[in-house]
Amino acid sequence: MSENNYNEILQLLCNRLENISNTDVAITPDLSLIDQLSIDSIKLLNLIMEIEDTFDISVPINALADVQTVRDLAELIHRIKSESS
Amino acid sequence: MSLLDKLDAAATARKALLPDGVGAFGIPIEEIYSSTEARIGDRRVLLLGTNNYLGLSFAPECLQAAHAAIDKEGTGTTGSRMANGSYLGHRALEQEFADFYQCHSSIVFTTGYQANLGTISGLVGPGDVALIDGDSHASIYDGCTLSGADIIRFRHNDATDLEKRLRRLGERALSTLIIVEGIYSMLGDQAPLTDIVDIKNKYNCTLLLDEAHSLGVLGDTGQGLVEKTGLIKEVDFITGTFSKSLCSIGGYCVSNHPQLDQLRYVSHPYIFTASPSPATIASTRAALELLRNGKKLRQQLWNNAEQLYTKLSETGYRLGPEPGPIVAAIVDSPQKALALWKGLLEHDIYVNLILPPAAPENKSLVRCSINAAHTPEQISYVAQVFAKLHTRMLQ
Repeated sequence: MSENNYNEILQLLCNRLENISNTDVAITPDLSLIDQLSIDSIKLLNLIMEIEDTFDISVPINALADVQTVRDLAELIHRIKSESS
Repeated sequence: MSLLDKLDAAATARKALLPDGVGAFGIPIEEIYSSTEARIGDRRVLLLGTNNYLGLSFAPECLQAAHAAIDKEGTGTTGSRMANGSYLGHRALEQEFADFYQCHSSIVFTTGYQANLGTISGLVGPGDVALIDGDSHASIYDGCTLSGADIIRFRHNDATDLEKRLRRLGERALSTLIIVEGIYSMLGDQAPLTDIVDIKNKYNCTLLLDEAHSLGVLGDTGQGLVEKTGLIKEVDFITGTFSKSLCSIGGYCVSNHPQLDQLRYVSHPYIFTASPSPATIASTRAALELLRNGKKLRQQLWNNAEQLYTKLSETGYRLGPEPGPIVAAIVDSPQKALALWKGLLEHDIYVNLILPPAAPENKSLVRCSINAAHTPEQISYVAQVFAKLHTRMLQ
């Protein structure tokens, strides 16, 4: 997938996180999902289901162990999407 | 952040959520009088927060069997099922479970938690897929994590969503284990097993059904959802626990696949723990016999469950989607749920308080578990108190 696709994924994630985060912080790629955006485990798991449906991919929840930031999540989705194309 | 700082942070977060609610969890049961009554503090309370669905915790047959076993075989086996911990009773119970389900074989584990951990981690591994209902019990999540398989969730009780995710997996569906539960512990709803079996067969994958809350509760002889739906031949592996309808502690897996026995050699939660005590095995065997022949108890249980579900629903409580032995009132906030829980205790009724993230969709629940030994008068009293508290606290 192209860099454009990555940017689209990142933008879509930021928009979605803006809706589900309880904070007023502007969403940027380096923010921590848990510590700074207060995304708890349930919200994150439900977000993953939405992402799977949006991009028609499978995202194993064990892969989230290495995801700390918005950027980490975007990169994970981008990688899985690229591999499945 | 140090390890202990992390625990302090968790405690702070918990107190912030519920400043005076810490006592709601792990409350001491100071004396137990029967399967339906106990003492908490200076109150004699009605127990509606146990998993004692058939009310067998003081069944004379179970007490007698446990007493005899402890006198004859001692207090514990002090060893693994794979070493010195498989007595004749353990093997006999495995045969009795296989006979009960008319299956090829069964394995007895030390706890229900370990039955899921041991079965799942023995069946799937790295490169395989565990496709699980989003509302699965922690033992299922933990078993999947231990296995190293890819864990994919589907939306709770949504067979269409399950199929969508299976389709995405393509050829990997062949090495996919679907995992569902007979009755879900939070809202008491049942899996749409007929639809799930159709999908499982269409994609040629494997199905595990956890009957922890449905054993003894569903089906003519109490096998669970497999019996109610007539689908026992279609489910590859059934797990369950002794700690609910059977009133002891332990777990099992039954299957028609002869390969089940190999789990004994690869499953760490089976191997690296001591086996259930002789008294536990003996009381479980006696309880299983009562459960198989417990049609009348099941009828009493369902009468009680339907009575409470109907009354609470009429009062205006938002409940799980269908009546059953778990009747959970869904409350707007943790604070209101705690107030309701406390109000019930002040009226000598003990139920379970469940707060986010333990309950699905960040709900707060005040959950009742019904017992066949509850009398209609007791259920009526509980319904009256719920109604009184609804007017006072929730409107």
